[in-house]
Amino acid sequence: MNAKEKEQYLRDYSVLKNQGKSFFPYAIAKDGTMALITMLVIIFMALALGAELGPKADATTTSFVPRPEWYFFFLFELLRVIKPPALTFMASIGIPTIWLVLLLLLPFFDRGPERHPLRRPIATLAGIATIAGMAYLTVLGALAGSPNEIELQARGQEDGKLATASAGCLGCHTIGENGNAIGPELTDVGARLPRQAIARTLLNPTAPMPTYQELQQKDPEKFQDIVDFLASLK
Amino acid sequence: MKLPTPPLPKALRPKPARPGSRPPRNGSQANGSVQDLRPGTANGSGDRPSKGGGSTIDREALREKAHEVPIGIAGWLDERSGASPFARGFLYRKTPKGTNWAYTLGSATMFAFVSQAVTGVFLAMYYNPAPADAYESIARISNEVFLGEFVRGMHRWGSTVMVVLIFLHMARTFFYGAYKYPRELNWLIGVVLVVLTLAMALTGYLLPFDQRGFWATVVAVNINSSAPIMGPYLADFLRGGAEFTATTLSRFYSIHMLLVPGLIAVLIGAHLYLVAKLGITAPPWLKAEKDKALSRDEI
Repeated sequence: MNAKEKEQYLRDYSVLKNQGKSFFPYAIAKDGTMALITMLVIIFMALALGAELGPKADATTTSFVPRPEWYFFFLFELLRVIKPPALTFMASIGIPTIWLVLLLLLPFFDRGPERHPLRRPIATLAGIATIAGMAYLTVLGALAGSPNEIELQARGQEDGKLATASAGCLGCHTIGENGNAIGPELTDVGARLPRQAIARTLLNPTAPMPTYQELQQKDPEKFQDIVDFLASLK
Repeated sequence: MKLPTPPLPKALRPKPARPGSRPPRNGSQANGSVQDLRPGTANGSGDRPSKGGGSTIDREALREKAHEVPIGIAGWLDERSGASPFARGFLYRKTPKGTNWAYTLGSATMFAFVSQAVTGVFLAMYYNPAPADAYESIARISNEVFLGEFVRGMHRWGSTVMVVLIFLHMARTFFYGAYKYPRELNWLIGVVLVVLTLAMALTGYLLPFDQRGFWATVVAVNINSSAPIMGPYLADFLRGGAEFTATTLSRFYSIHMLLVPGLIAVLIGAHLYLVAKLGITAPPWLKAEKDKALSRDEI
């Protein structure tokens, strides 16, 4: 916008403003109605849905399900959609940060005088694409199966599959289509590591992975099932 | 939808000046109290033709006096603070032609924030941010405290409502091109408010200290630490060290109830100030037609 366009905008705006109504009581009445609706929605949701309280936090358990609040699903889902480990960094921090910087700087690179959404197609399409992308990722996140489920063909390792699924590995690792790509992928871990190495890693993992020593002491059979299952993933 | 023009309530309508009394000065009513000091002429009751007995007049005069009380208080405050020009400017500023219901999203977001603040205050009365007792204190709020579960439900779902509203408000601003000159600064403040709102949601998620919140927070902070340059420092700041410890919970609590809401309140103030100063945007499809009477006024 150059000086002339700025001047023109301020002029037009002052005309429109002077043709409008006073903030009190007209706009206040609308705002108040909206506030009342907001209040009723919050009260209704509080009464109908309540506030659940899951089991107490336990830093030593391994069968956790790290699910964020639904409005963070789109961020969480980016991690699962972008598979290659080299790009995980882009999914977790890169894309959201770039988007945020673009949003912050929006008025500094989009400086044209046009304000009508239909006459600035690039901005409008970019906005719709962003909303559609966020909605798509949110739906994906909502439909994603529980991380305590493995759909991969297990070749006669049903026990191990069940044990692995309930041990919480998928909170951080992907096996086939399931799980979160926070740690290394386990889909073909059997090809990369021998059985003993897998067992050693489970007992003495590198941080931040929790150790499975307790499981080995309490339920050696289950621990062995997990090792067998993981070693069979090739 | 257009609202019909509502009649002003009686209390707000200016009263016609009584014969003999000085014309009322707008706003500051300091002259009312001055008048009262003078014997006999108070409220000009001497000029009024008496109807009926003395008791009726007394009652009338009393009612008259009672009406003066709030005006007197407002006048007293105004004389000392000089606030009435600001209040008048804020309340009677014009909103442009064609503003629709989408324009209420911002104030609704602010209202959701106020609701969060109020319910949050009551939750803080019973919550204990110690790792050994946090979960138990939330359970106490839900099970024992009067209306505790309801207030916790309001706080929990209020966050969802606020996040949804702030994104809708942002979308409205974006598609209406309302971030353009001269409102760029207000857009910047608004984006920071979105980030702070998400920070509230994130820090609040840990506080019940159940498995879901705990592990989601561990993952979120780990993701944070994977960012270049600032990432590890920010993660260390959030955790209060390299690991999740007892300080982490109280740190999140402090950030959630003092640091971020304080920033949000200040920024909402700045946001509102700029809205009042620059005016609410007109819908972009409205064209200004030069009003003849107005151009005469401008000259």
